[in-house]
Amino acid sequence: MNIVVVGHVDHGKSTIIGRLLAETKSLPEGKLEQVKLNCERNSKPFEYAFLLDALKDEQAQGITIDSARVFFHTDKRNYIIIDAPGHIEFLKNMISGAARAEAAFLVIDAAEGVQENSRRHGYMLAMLGIKQVAILVNKMDLVDYQEAIFLNIRKEYEDFLAQIDIHAKNFIPVSGREGDNLAETSEKMPWYQGQTALKVLDSFEKEKPALDKPFRMPVQDVYKFTAKGDNRRIVAGTVDSGKISVGDEVVFYPSGKKSHVKSIEGFACSPQDRTSAGYAMGFTLEEQIYITRGEIAAKTSEAQPENTSHLLVSLFWLGKKPLSKKKNYFLKLGTAKVTARLEEVHRVINASDLSSSDQQEKIQRHEVAECTLKLNQTIAFDKAEELAATSRFVIIDEYEICGGGIIRKGLKDKQSIIRDQVFLRNYKWEKSIISRENRSEKYNQRPTLILITGQKNVGKKSLAKSLESRLFADGKLVYFLGIGNVVYGIDADLKKNKEETQAKRQEHLRRLSEVAHILLDAGMILIVTAVELSQDDLSMIKISIDSEQIETVWVGDNVTTNLNYDIQVPSHDDSREVVEKLKEMLQERGIIFRP
Amino acid sequence: MDQLDQIESKSIHILREAYYHFKNLGMLWSIGKDSTVLLWLARKAFFGHVPFPLIHIDTHYKIPEMIEYRDRLAWEWNLTMIYGQNEEALKAKTTFPDGNVDRITCCKHLKTEALRRTLSGEGKRYRFNHQTRQYNIDQNPEPFTGIIVGARADEEGSRSKERYFSPRTRENNWDVGDQPPEFWNQYKTDFAPGTHLRIHPLLDWTELNIWQYIQRENIPTVSLYFDQGEGKRFRSLGCYPCTFPITSQAQTVEEIIDELETGQLANIAERSGRAQDKEDGGGLESLRREGYM
Repeated sequence: MNIVVVGHVDHGKSTIIGRLLAETKSLPEGKLEQVKLNCERNSKPFEYAFLLDALKDEQAQGITIDSARVFFHTDKRNYIIIDAPGHIEFLKNMISGAARAEAAFLVIDAAEGVQENSRRHGYMLAMLGIKQVAILVNKMDLVDYQEAIFLNIRKEYEDFLAQIDIHAKNFIPVSGREGDNLAETSEKMPWYQGQTALKVLDSFEKEKPALDKPFRMPVQDVYKFTAKGDNRRIVAGTVDSGKISVGDEVVFYPSGKKSHVKSIEGFACSPQDRTSAGYAMGFTLEEQIYITRGEIAAKTSEAQPENTSHLLVSLFWLGKKPLSKKKNYFLKLGTAKVTARLEEVHRVINASDLSSSDQQEKIQRHEVAECTLKLNQTIAFDKAEELAATSRFVIIDEYEICGGGIIRKGLKDKQSIIRDQVFLRNYKWEKSIISRENRSEKYNQRPTLILITGQKNVGKKSLAKSLESRLFADGKLVYFLGIGNVVYGIDADLKKNKEETQAKRQEHLRRLSEVAHILLDAGMILIVTAVELSQDDLSMIKISIDSEQIETVWVGDNVTTNLNYDIQVPSHDDSREVVEKLKEMLQERGIIFRP
Repeated sequence: MDQLDQIESKSIHILREAYYHFKNLGMLWSIGKDSTVLLWLARKAFFGHVPFPLIHIDTHYKIPEMIEYRDRLAWEWNLTMIYGQNEEALKAKTTFPDGNVDRITCCKHLKTEALRRTLSGEGKRYRFNHQTRQYNIDQNPEPFTGIIVGARADEEGSRSKERYFSPRTRENNWDVGDQPPEFWNQYKTDFAPGTHLRIHPLLDWTELNIWQYIQRENIPTVSLYFDQGEGKRFRSLGCYPCTFPITSQAQTVEEIIDELETGQLANIAERSGRAQDKEDGGGLESLRREGYM
């Protein structure tokens, strides 16, 4: 069982752990001697805390830098104790330590009382989902083992915990230095009738996998090791909750594609026809569907995950730079990774006293906040109150994990209705016997939508046509779809007033995407032009079409939208050179293959 | 789901994350029990295949049975097997067995430096040819950006502070004080150009877990771990001039598990037979900061 020990700096966490290790004889002989010898060499008195501070850096600074893992055992079971640092600078290490834990000891110094980090760490434990917490009121020897002092601290901290919905299992008066009430009941505090810290530790319950919840498995990867002579196409991932059996109908979100489980795969194990929460597994599917990493697998017979690009969340921020509205971040949930922006900060909670302030523009380091996030594409998730694992996300800023949080609820976004339509379409889609791979092999190309965009009158159409004829000459299955061909045909019923409304543009893009979707399913490379495509437009199109099937080309030097295009080419230039450049890009992406 | 199932699943999850995120990924295989369990876990994660190269740093002073075992498994399990070594130091005889440097310096030359150059592609890499069963010089000099390593947190102090995904600078340096946070199965898989990551899927495993898993999965191990009738066995494998056996009559995996479970070795550090640890002033930290595994 993994246990974390948290608390304010200098409240004596490491001493308590060192003492527990020594009293349960969980130390290799060399360790104790080595540390004692080091102390002697540096003419320092020996302290139990030094046992943990194995690193030279730490002993120099006298504080724990990281969450050291310590293996430890009682008569009942084995433990890994994670010693989390109390110093505020090292909050991210405390979180790394605490997130691995199933239960926690929170240490409060009897002489100093409840401090800022006593509260902050309590709040973090709640966010991280650790429900079993025992409070050790430490250094009772420094306050003459007085019951009144213990009771005061207990009252104050209980009131605090009640506000964040944590119920401490026990409050135990202890002394790490003297060993009171850790392994042995202390004679110095006859007024305390409760259990020792070790007894309480043994009474914590092992966390059980969420077997009785709906099935969720974030897709980690889809493997096909054809080069090694293996033709199985295996969807791999770790089951977050629930159970799955051969024959179950599964549906993947956010795409909404579905199929049946054909087999549960494994290596060097007996054949199995079911698996459940906690296992890193893999399965094959009856019907060939194209899915990728980032989707969440669910069962059609159970509650479905939600899907949106607009989220109400609670999060904590660890980044040196504040979380700001002016910047793009990545959000990772399960195996999905999408671009995210802070849209609004509803309130910032000071984790140490739970006071809150409104109308902040930024979230500073070590603050906890409620806010809305806007994503550039839809993700699948569950609400925190329903399924913990698939509600948790982290935020990446400049390559680093800088924050984490839980989704309180999904908010409607303007694409919600269209997404629902696409779900239904995928759900009802009549699959051909010929798989996408079969078609790709036959036509020697990957179906792709090439969007050529830019300002008006920059030569998009002539470039599109040149590219079409070049690819056609190479023997590719390619088609240029003129926008006029759509507007006056499929779009004929959309009101022909001059006014370009948001709803009209959305419906136009939806229809265009649906046409493109059919042609891509047929294995085609499709070239379409559009005026000044924005990132929003593109995310609309991506509802209907997998994002790895889209390439965007911006024509002209003047970039007038926020589109993150794949390639830029000069205006009014459909020369061989430019067409070759586009061809090269298609080759690099593996859409067409080199001759 | 028992404890072995849990740590097995976690390790497999980490291996799959590593495989997805790193184009130039490799796994260090020391031929010892830990990294062989790691190799087995990779075969589990990828359904019988190992879709990245195994890298062995051959110090030239490895016990010969280890090399035979390496090449046999490379052949039988169809592994992409690569080894590298510090040929300059061996040629110049700046090694401990040659009597010219102390143990720590020898480790720096034959392990740390050999590893650094093999990973960066500056040093020669030898690749196992499955047709001839010989090694040829590898033509691919691309640096590895992700290295999977079998370090366990319970081995010694500095390893207990490792992350599952641990960034290293271009010079292989490890900044212990400023490590990325890790929680909720989310790891540091985004990295700036020029840096690389060490990936530690076995961090939560203990020595006992390793042997329990070897037993459960029937994983082949070298005979050096077992007493051959002389009342001694190796508990940790390294170079023969610096590795010493412990006193033990354990002749089978079951007997090793029994030895560990009954606490017969509780007061002896696992790496007590590794002479270089003691010279590094208690813990391998100074070696590890420079890239030692």
